[in-house]
Amino acid sequence: MNTVPAPLLAVENLCVDYHVRVDGQRAWLHAVSDVSFQLAGGQSLGIVGESGSGKSSIARALLRLVPAAAGRVYFEGQDLLQLSGRELRRMRRDLQLIFQDPLASLDPRMSVGDTVGEPLRMFEPALSAAARSARTTAMLEAVGLSVQHLHRLPHEFSGGQAQRIAIARALITRPRLLVCDEPLSSLDVSIKSQIANLLMQLQRELGLSMVFISHDLAAVRFACSHVLVLYLGRVMELAARDPLFSAAGHPYTRALLRAALPRAPRPARARAHVGLSGEIPSALRPPSGCVFRTRCAYAVERCAREQPALRRVADSLVACHRAEELAAEPPLATLAG
Amino acid sequence: MKRQTLSRLMRQPMARVAAVLLATIVLAALLVPWLSPYDSYTPNFALLSHAPTLAGGHVLGTDPLGRDLLVRVMWGCRISLAVGVVATLMSVVIGVTWGAIAGYAGGTIDQVMMRVVDVLYSVPFVPFVIVLTVLFGRDLWLMFLAIGAVCWLDIARIVRGQTLSLKQREFIEAARVCGVHGAAMIRRHIVPNLFGIVIVYATLTIPTVILFEALLSFLGMGVQSPMASLGSLVADGASDMQSHPHLLIVPALFLSSIIYAFNYLGDGLRRALDPRNRA
Amino acid sequence: MMSMALPQPPDPALPAASAVPLLRLREVCVAYPTASGAAVPVVRNVDLQLAPGEILGLAGESGCGKTQLLLSILGLNGPHALVSGSVNYRGQELVGLRTAELNAVRGARIAMVFQDPATALNPYLRIGAQLIEMLRAHARVSERQARERAFEMLEAVQIGDARRRLRQYPHELSGGMRQRVVIAMALMASPEMLLADEPTTALDVTVQAQILRLLRELCERRGIAVLLVTHDMGVIAELADRVAVMYAGRIVEQAPVETLFERALHPYSEALQACVPRLDGPAVQRLASIPGVPPDPAALPRGCAFAPRCAYHLPICQERVPPLLQTTAQHWKACHYEGPLGRLRDSAA
Repeated sequence: MNTVPAPLLAVENLCVDYHVRVDGQRAWLHAVSDVSFQLAGGQSLGIVGESGSGKSSIARALLRLVPAAAGRVYFEGQDLLQLSGRELRRMRRDLQLIFQDPLASLDPRMSVGDTVGEPLRMFEPALSAAARSARTTAMLEAVGLSVQHLHRLPHEFSGGQAQRIAIARALITRPRLLVCDEPLSSLDVSIKSQIANLLMQLQRELGLSMVFISHDLAAVRFACSHVLVLYLGRVMELAARDPLFSAAGHPYTRALLRAALPRAPRPARARAHVGLSGEIPSALRPPSGCVFRTRCAYAVERCAREQPALRRVADSLVACHRAEELAAEPPLATLAG
Repeated sequence: MKRQTLSRLMRQPMARVAAVLLATIVLAALLVPWLSPYDSYTPNFALLSHAPTLAGGHVLGTDPLGRDLLVRVMWGCRISLAVGVVATLMSVVIGVTWGAIAGYAGGTIDQVMMRVVDVLYSVPFVPFVIVLTVLFGRDLWLMFLAIGAVCWLDIARIVRGQTLSLKQREFIEAARVCGVHGAAMIRRHIVPNLFGIVIVYATLTIPTVILFEALLSFLGMGVQSPMASLGSLVADGASDMQSHPHLLIVPALFLSSIIYAFNYLGDGLRRALDPRNRA
Repeated sequence: MMSMALPQPPDPALPAASAVPLLRLREVCVAYPTASGAAVPVVRNVDLQLAPGEILGLAGESGCGKTQLLLSILGLNGPHALVSGSVNYRGQELVGLRTAELNAVRGARIAMVFQDPATALNPYLRIGAQLIEMLRAHARVSERQARERAFEMLEAVQIGDARRRLRQYPHELSGGMRQRVVIAMALMASPEMLLADEPTTALDVTVQAQILRLLRELCERRGIAVLLVTHDMGVIAELADRVAVMYAGRIVEQAPVETLFERALHPYSEALQACVPRLDGPAVQRLASIPGVPPDPAALPRGCAFAPRCAYHLPICQERVPPLLQTTAQHWKACHYEGPLGRLRDSAA
């Protein structure tokens, strides 16, 4: 997807497995299989998919919060997965994470000032207390909070304010890459757009690269320059924003777009096409061949036998045996009411 | 502790009674040298084993050596409370450190540390103290040590369990992303979040310790005369129970009041800190 | 100038065809007492009507009182809540009924569908047993008849292999299946009305679309009325016939769904639609947004509760609470501003 020579982040064949017990039997759950993508400085990549598709596992593996079973994660040319504990901690100031539930991601007994200043305390221990507090205050103001919030505890804040605190904490060390794991989905409608605007504004001002994980396609369209569509831990489609939303190449992407709710009532709603039938299968027993075939309207016998490779079709990378035929079909019917 | 927690605590009638009672006893025990005309050691052979009376100035009577029983009991409370608080503090410090490290480190370290706790658990307490007294003689500090050595085990187990569940929380993950690790994580994020459970448990440990001390003193292994603890006073009173029941009843009453008060206070605290009761 | 408040609050609209409402709420208030003694109002003077077979969407952000309003219909607000006003179901007054009397209505005439299907089902009972229990609590039927009915209802909610499902436990089903079971359970005693609290929020987009279509088909085929509570304007657009928008415990606008989406009259209704990012149209740099946060019900501002966040507020908004007034046959709004809206849409583009 990138023509930029040296990407900031290059993920190659990332796999994440979890050891689980099913009815007393030990088994491996392959949460992420063979995911590769690149991200250039200042760009943002959206990762979309249903729950259980492995989105959060990718986020956590990038930051080494869960171990990767295989693959490489090059950040500025260095493989993060090979770093020692000490090197990793040094690297962490450049890699930050924002969580879905902002209140859960803040220590309930630590004041806002201490929480936001914590990365400075860890990464710049030489900084004087006065300098640290000045930068904390400046950062709080940058996210729309004020000095008077410094000594409060997280439970005194609403979800939107708590997410602002989490953003301040993530950005105070000026990281290069920000991973956002569903940063908007626990927020109310009116707050959601405030936080989305704030994130985008900070991204532009600081030249951040972003991995933006969401199940909300419209939010991804707003926030991201590129989109990766994930299903059962595998990449279905990887494309720049505009081609993906105007002419999705993969049947799953199309189905997701069709299932999205309309902005206004549409005529003959009862007959409106439901994007997909059935539900995402368990990652413990993924279907053979193409993992999506059990719900795919275009599935043929070959799909059960052979796993499709990710290949270039028109403007996207698509993992579908019938991508060329699909590309010839007319683009999606318009979604608006 | 938050002001809200305190007000939720004080809204419970039993906890309020317990708090007032404890405060009174503690204050009296602390101020007894200045409040009372009598001292705790000087015998008065004119007034041996006097019964309680309002007339003679010895409100709760005197002991077999003619010393004012109220003053003796207050000095006894002093020692008992001191043992309770000091030994509990000791076990909290050891227990929280041990449990938090085991829980946070996990894996082999956790296994080894918790097996140590299991082994210590299986040591019978009273014979253990008897051996200690035989080896080192009777000493107040030895008693602190002996009791503290036993009580931290419970705290360590509870703290480890809590740490294991705290470790799963997202804010710990968030702190890791911010470069916090090892000792700093335990100090900055784990221990402060254990505060509620530890303070409740410590409040409930104090009466256990006081009872332990009373048991040891009753068995003659605790404080030495002329010093007195509530346990030794009860022991002395028990020997004169037939002729002078007040010598048993008065210290026993104080002992059980203190223990009840701490138990109610601990229960009240648990309720006050329980998020389900926050309305 | 606006006229002074009308002597009588006007009746909310009814579709022309149905003369008799199924459910009529009048001046419903819900409040919770606090430690300091003052009651905090979470629902304030709500009037609503629902006709048989109609789907009414109740929209608003969390904390606006929509769920509390829903719960007040069946007296489910909990022991501390102070509920006043009138909830009239087919001529029967429900506010003030004893629990035993309410139980005859709950589940049998008015059933509920909860947000989280995982917690709405008992994990230790088979699906069949839970469905049967639901029916036998309200009707004298034999075990066999009830089982037959359970089978029919699972088929009705399009669960395949229904016989086998009856013998399964909730954890053996996926999230979407469980929500179908919850809906089947609600349908067991043939209610005339469903109260649905965020029925698809816990589900994935693709499953959400399936469940919404199922709900619509069931209502059309069986003539069941639905009171649908949701924060998602997309769900409203997909399912509702009429919409009531709530803010800070009050209804601020009420209209047929097409009207509300084409020509909202209240700035809050406009903002709720404009805030949502789009899947079509040109890419934007900024989303329209509402500044600030919803007010704390314990410290409501004077006048219109939305005024501090409103792009159109006038001096009068800080003085007087705007009454809910009828503008056209089926359109009510509570707003002092009479000029054209559209600022939020323009600022977003």
